Amino acid sequence: MKKVNVEEVIEKLLFISAISSSFIVFFIIIFMLHEGIPALAIGWDFFFGMDWSPSHNQFGIFPIVVSTFVVGIGALLTAALIGIPAAVYLAEFSPRWVHNIVKPCVEMLVGIPSIVLGFFGLMVLIPFIQDSFGGWGECILAGWVILAIMTLPHVISISEDSIRAVPRACKEASVALGATELQTIWRVILPNARSGILASLILGMGNAIGETMAVLMVIGNPNIPWIPSSILEPVSVLTSVIVIGINYAVWGSMHQHALFALGVVLFAIVAILNAITTAVIRKGVKR
Amino acid sequence: MKVRENAVKIGLCATALMAVAALVIVVAYVFFNGVGIINLAFLLESPYRFEYGGIFPQIIGSLCLVGVCLLFAVPLGVASAIYLVEYAPDNIITASVRFFVECLAGIPSIVIGLFGLVFLVYHLGLGISMLSGGLTLGFMILPWTVRASEEAIKVVPRSYMEASLALGASKWQSIWGVILKSAYPGIITGILLGMGKAMGETAVVLLTAGSGLESFLPQSVLDPVASLPVYIYMLATQGHTQASYSRAFGASLVLLTMFLIISVLALFLRNRYIRRNSGF
Repeated sequence: MKKVNVEEVIEKLLFISAISSSFIVFFIIIFMLHEGIPALAIGWDFFFGMDWSPSHNQFGIFPIVVSTFVVGIGALLTAALIGIPAAVYLAEFSPRWVHNIVKPCVEMLVGIPSIVLGFFGLMVLIPFIQDSFGGWGECILAGWVILAIMTLPHVISISEDSIRAVPRACKEASVALGATELQTIWRVILPNARSGILASLILGMGNAIGETMAVLMVIGNPNIPWIPSSILEPVSVLTSVIVIGINYAVWGSMHQHALFALGVVLFAIVAILNAITTAVIRKGVKR
Repeated sequence: MKVRENAVKIGLCATALMAVAALVIVVAYVFFNGVGIINLAFLLESPYRFEYGGIFPQIIGSLCLVGVCLLFAVPLGVASAIYLVEYAPDNIITASVRFFVECLAGIPSIVIGLFGLVFLVYHLGLGISMLSGGLTLGFMILPWTVRASEEAIKVVPRSYMEASLALGASKWQSIWGVILKSAYPGIITGILLGMGKAMGETAVVLLTAGSGLESFLPQSVLDPVASLPVYIYMLATQGHTQASYSRAFGASLVLLTMFLIISVLALFLRNRYIRRNSGF
């Protein structure tokens, strides 16, 4: 009789552990909203206001959101430009030994702490950009390069998997009809792998937008964010404004609420991107 | 035609090599700039302002933070995984549990850091401390430990469980004595990967654990604690002298080395585990 009870207790404990993640997510949402709502309640002037100036009690986040998307999308295009051809090569052409060298390197690249990558950018990339193009050095372009390095591994891995998942028969049918290898890749394999590649890109963009330290160290973070007109201008993004501001914000002030509201906005953007990724993958699977 | 095909192939190969080059360049640059400053004193002394001393409290602090993080995330993650694989009925509750694990994995670390700041530091009154920082890191890597443990438990052959049950062991006895015993290398691999992630995380620690320049060792879990990533961040953004930059390179190299050791250990365990499970 006692034995049955022990089993039941253990099952209950395991169940409680399993739902703890749900509780953490709930708590995060509740606390972020609770702290952010006073600023979110400003409404139009918060979301579409052009001036972010905490010392003047101005909290318009529009330039920050625009800069965030400019940095995120640019980083992603850079990563796609390198990552998709690399994935095609790894899946279709690479000899075994090349694959055995490149793949672990790509996996290691994921793990390089973002702070180290950011510091590398600060010491190498920024002087380089300054010398080559003039200007501040700390700019959108530097953010693109650093974030591209960070998202590249995800783009390569997921794209390679989805290219490999294209049925052999499709490729063979195309080659049998007289198409060259490249024509086959361009006309048959890439269209078939499209949903996986797209998913990897959207997921990569979510990562890029949520990334904090590396991007913070290379984009300049002007005190008064503006909408950039060239890729050589410094910008402030959601994550960098939060980290830099949180040191100065008086606890309980509107500034602090506005920073948490930025967190809510960031959370919402990343959640939407993740939901789109899931939908794209599901659609691909169904097909 | 053949020439064009080959040219394209070389182009594709070049893009793949760019990924490798990025890794090699970053690691080599940090190594050659950081190796000069590393000596025993640098590793075993406390920092003094930006330009002097060593990084001993930072190394210990990082290890302590990761320790607290693992104490929280590993039992919870492994237990969640056991429930999801072995017990969970196929219903809406299980589906939503899985959904929320995925959700948690998708939340940007800075948002989790903000949550740690308001919930642990202010609301629960733990202050800027090792406990706050470690727990917040734990929230961050929990989904990864759940996923890794789930994968590891799933690949244990069904027949092991059935054999154990047939011998009269109860369900929990079978899980504890048979399933976990077969799955543990996989679980440890997952934990090591999560550990690497927690060790390199900066934003969370910066918001919840301390300013990174602390020159003392924490006396209790409620003390603020220094850590390598935040130390690098402070030196890189506020040092502005060659001496502080070279210190930041030294600290980066130490951080990279610790990360490398963890990764190699994880790879080694994974390979051994795969070999054993395939019957060699």
